[in-house]
Amino acid sequence: MNFSLNRHRNIIDFSLSSLLRRKMKNFSLLAVYTLIVFVIASLLFFVHALKREAALLLADAPDMVVQRLMAGRHELIPDSYAGKIRTIPGVRTVTPRLWGYYYDPVFGANYTLIVPPTPTVEPGSILVGAEVSRNQRVRVGEMVAFRTSDHIPLLLTVKGIYPSASNLVAADLIVMASEDFQAMFNLPKAHATDLAVTVANPRELSTVAAKIVEAFPDARPILKSEMLRTYDSIFDWRGGMMVVILSAAVLSFVIFAWDKATGLSAEERREIGILKSIGWETADVLYLKFWEGIVISLSAFLLGGLLAYGHVFFFSASLFEHALKGWAVLYPKFKLVPTIDGYNLAVLFFLTVLPYTTATIVPAWLAATADPDAAMRS
Amino acid sequence: MRKSDHFLLFTAFSGMMCILMLLHSHREQAMAHAERQERARLAKELLLTDLCLFTEARYTRHPSMADLHSPFQDHPSSLEHFPSGSLLSPPALPAR
Repeated sequence: MNFSLNRHRNIIDFSLSSLLRRKMKNFSLLAVYTLIVFVIASLLFFVHALKREAALLLADAPDMVVQRLMAGRHELIPDSYAGKIRTIPGVRTVTPRLWGYYYDPVFGANYTLIVPPTPTVEPGSILVGAEVSRNQRVRVGEMVAFRTSDHIPLLLTVKGIYPSASNLVAADLIVMASEDFQAMFNLPKAHATDLAVTVANPRELSTVAAKIVEAFPDARPILKSEMLRTYDSIFDWRGGMMVVILSAAVLSFVIFAWDKATGLSAEERREIGILKSIGWETADVLYLKFWEGIVISLSAFLLGGLLAYGHVFFFSASLFEHALKGWAVLYPKFKLVPTIDGYNLAVLFFLTVLPYTTATIVPAWLAATADPDAAMRS
Repeated sequence: MRKSDHFLLFTAFSGMMCILMLLHSHREQAMAHAERQERARLAKELLLTDLCLFTEARYTRHPSMADLHSPFQDHPSSLEHFPSGSLLSPPALPAR
């Protein structure tokens, strides 16, 4: 046991000396490798935490939302639809939802205006998200001027501001009374944006949805499972920028592996030849190359993983901010709750450490099994 | 001190940091319970269906409520031009 441990320590000593002989090359390799692990780990941690948050938040979302489509687009839904849907067996509640978007021409931001199903704000008052308050530079008790669809100013008093901890759901929200909402958009009477439907037995959801479509061919029911699936597939690895970032990282690994797998440099082959001629076994040479690979890849994995954790959970993934913000004036700043586990780290380990280490050993094995004289002459 | 000792110490220290990272993650989750409950209560109270991640376009603000083929909703040859639209996957298609 002690002999084996000592042998490996000697080999590590030798491999570190060997790596330090090509200091510049190996330090730059370590830096690039760490950067790649950092990017992949940041993405993994960020997306995993966001998906977890979405699953928890949408657990209490309406069982189904019924929209009305006209000419292939979302249209206001008459309240009469709600009355008829209520009579479908299995339907527990149907709540008309009033919500829409407001573009503020002064600050250039888009807000989501929403009317709570149970009145929580009086007409003339609003509750706003933390980012709306920051963007509009308003505090509780101050007034905000909106412009109705008839271009008439509408002054509303801020009665409350949602804490920034709610930014993940409420950053751009303006909660107002239905009277103000009607005045704002000149909405036709007895119409809603869509209907939130709850059913007694969740297993009957698709049957209820089918009955709704049968009764109203222009209706589009969106089930809770579809909302959850939307957020489960959000930032899917096959989509848009994700595939660009991941393919760039994978390509970098391919370049590393290619560099290693296409063979060793003449200097490295000569080194192996000398080691074999002075009595090193093939196994020792393989251990040497294995440790060289481990020193680089394990260090990059540990450093990259730790840096990514700090980046995502302490600095709110600030390096991704510009990509996530896009052209939006109002960018919800939220602090994600760290949700990583052994599985995440294992995936990262198998994605980053194993390919490089394997790619290091294979050409070394080919060189180590060759005749030492031929290896030194090559 | 041998070179291998430096490496083993560095690896052990980084490994410890990784274990601390996992412990920190569990602790933060326990501590964020109240905040999460508050967010869930707000979502339930206002019947919210989406997270507020991107505010630049309707279909990225409420992806689950977006029209089908929403990036092309303005007119058939209107190509996707919002940066966040290239980050998000299209809405999940109904299973029905």
